[in-house]
Amino acid sequence: MSEEEKKDYAESPINLEYHYTAGSATTRFLNQVKEGKIVGQSCPKCSAVYVPPRGSCPRCGVATNIEVPLTDKGCIESFTIVHIPIPGNPIVPPYVCAMIRLDGANISFLHLIQGIDVEEIRIGMRIQAVWKPKDEWTHSLENIKWFTPIDEPDVDVATLRFEES
Amino acid sequence: MKKVAIVGYAQHPILENAGALNEVELIMPVVHQLFDELGISQNNIDFTCSGSCDYLQGAAFAFVEGLSAIQTNPPIKESHVEMDAAWAMYESMLKIQMGDADTALIYGFGKSSPGRLDSIISLQMDPYYISPLWPDRVSLAAIQARVLLEKNIVTPEQMITAVIEARTNSKNNKNALVTELVDKEAYLASEKISSPLNEFDCPPISDGSSAMIIASEEKAYDFTDQPIFIEGIDHRIESSNIGSRDLSKPTGILASIEQLKLEKTNFDVAELHTQFSHEVPYLQSVLNLNDVPTNLSGGPLVGNVMMCAGLDAIGKTYESLKSNDLTNGLAHASSGPCLQHNMLVHLEKKS
Ligand SMILES: [Zn+2]
Repeated sequence: MSEEEKKDYAESPINLEYHYTAGSATTRFLNQVKEGKIVGQSCPKCSAVYVPPRGSCPRCGVATNIEVPLTDKGCIESFTIVHIPIPGNPIVPPYVCAMIRLDGANISFLHLIQGIDVEEIRIGMRIQAVWKPKDEWTHSLENIKWFTPIDEPDVDVATLRFEES
Repeated sequence: MKKVAIVGYAQHPILENAGALNEVELIMPVVHQLFDELGISQNNIDFTCSGSCDYLQGAAFAFVEGLSAIQTNPPIKESHVEMDAAWAMYESMLKIQMGDADTALIYGFGKSSPGRLDSIISLQMDPYYISPLWPDRVSLAAIQARVLLEKNIVTPEQMITAVIEARTNSKNNKNALVTELVDKEAYLASEKISSPLNEFDCPPISDGSSAMIIASEEKAYDFTDQPIFIEGIDHRIESSNIGSRDLSKPTGILASIEQLKLEKTNFDVAELHTQFSHEVPYLQSVLNLNDVPTNLSGGPLVGNVMMCAGLDAIGKTYESLKSNDLTNGLAHASSGPCLQHNMLVHLEKKS
């Protein structure tokens, strides 16, 4: 090794492989998503509805064992406009990532909003899922291409605050 | 020192592969079992502390997700150790000593099945000189076994006895993973994984969880008529560089023995966090336990849930004292390669 090639550091790459398990509750959810259905789970104690469900109600520490079929409509709980391109991402900025609160759910999840000028996006806006063609459905929420605004009156998100029943 | 006692302990059946069950789904049943047995809820708990390792799950801050198994509303005080849950118990002990809590829930969880435990464990080593060599856990243990054999501190016969006894004792433990009996012939016919250790000398890959509740003396009797008191607890860590340690000298453990004045106590039972067969006779001799029934649960050789097995040694000692006419028990928890970090817990049943 010549003087120029000398390194003052050592490379020590780490690579670990795992067989990831979603958990039995999320597995039930993903099996429904594969069929184009969104099924949340509710807490037997406080009745909160979780989507995607993770298997427990983190408020009560009990299994969410009640299945709750939901629609693919909801509202924008919060959003951000992304201006920075991410290498390998086919979506051209600016685009919108939003926290989607489905009707009947007590938590939101992150997804894309398309089909509207980014300047017009607002909290409380009504939206609905746009699904990929059925033959492309897998065990993933990516079966939904994005959410797009629908012609319904805005929702006051303050009214969505979870109240224990 | 405030007196603190163990008032309950529960263990998930140890599984070879918990499959679709995730960590939260492993924790919930044991915590609920414990609460149901004591007739209490999370509302009776002042402090909650867990032990786990994110490398086992392969996700940063995975331990936070574990909290979803616990009722957190109204808001709770909680903490976590990236260690065996025996150290979560230690932290809970301190919390009670400081007067910040009177009751504590401790839980540990670990799934070794999703990843390659050998690789994961080598990442606990010094990241500059040792981790890049990817020493696997069996080879590291084998280095210490070799040292102990060559110095005649442990004999091959003692290792065989440790294996045979662990398998025999597994019948006492309804949650044991490995229950098949082994005889000397089968042991000797087994190929070495990393000499001098063969598969019987090593613990099984295990998935599971455990939970425990401890309380100050004043509160303990609210939970049970027979709390088991933590008479003494001490832990010591040795160098992370195994090359700088004499692997045949248990420096840290000897310091703990002195601190806890253990030579004055006649123990009735002991549970040791001995993951490899040679560690059983070695620690029995160091701890002067040669005539004391040790690892009646079978110990880690019949089920070794990472981040739980140390807490389980304490829990199994608690169970032994509770359900038998015994007074003094010694539990040992360990962490790191070649018994680097050790905790001793002296448990006592008051008559
Ligand atoms: Zn709930």
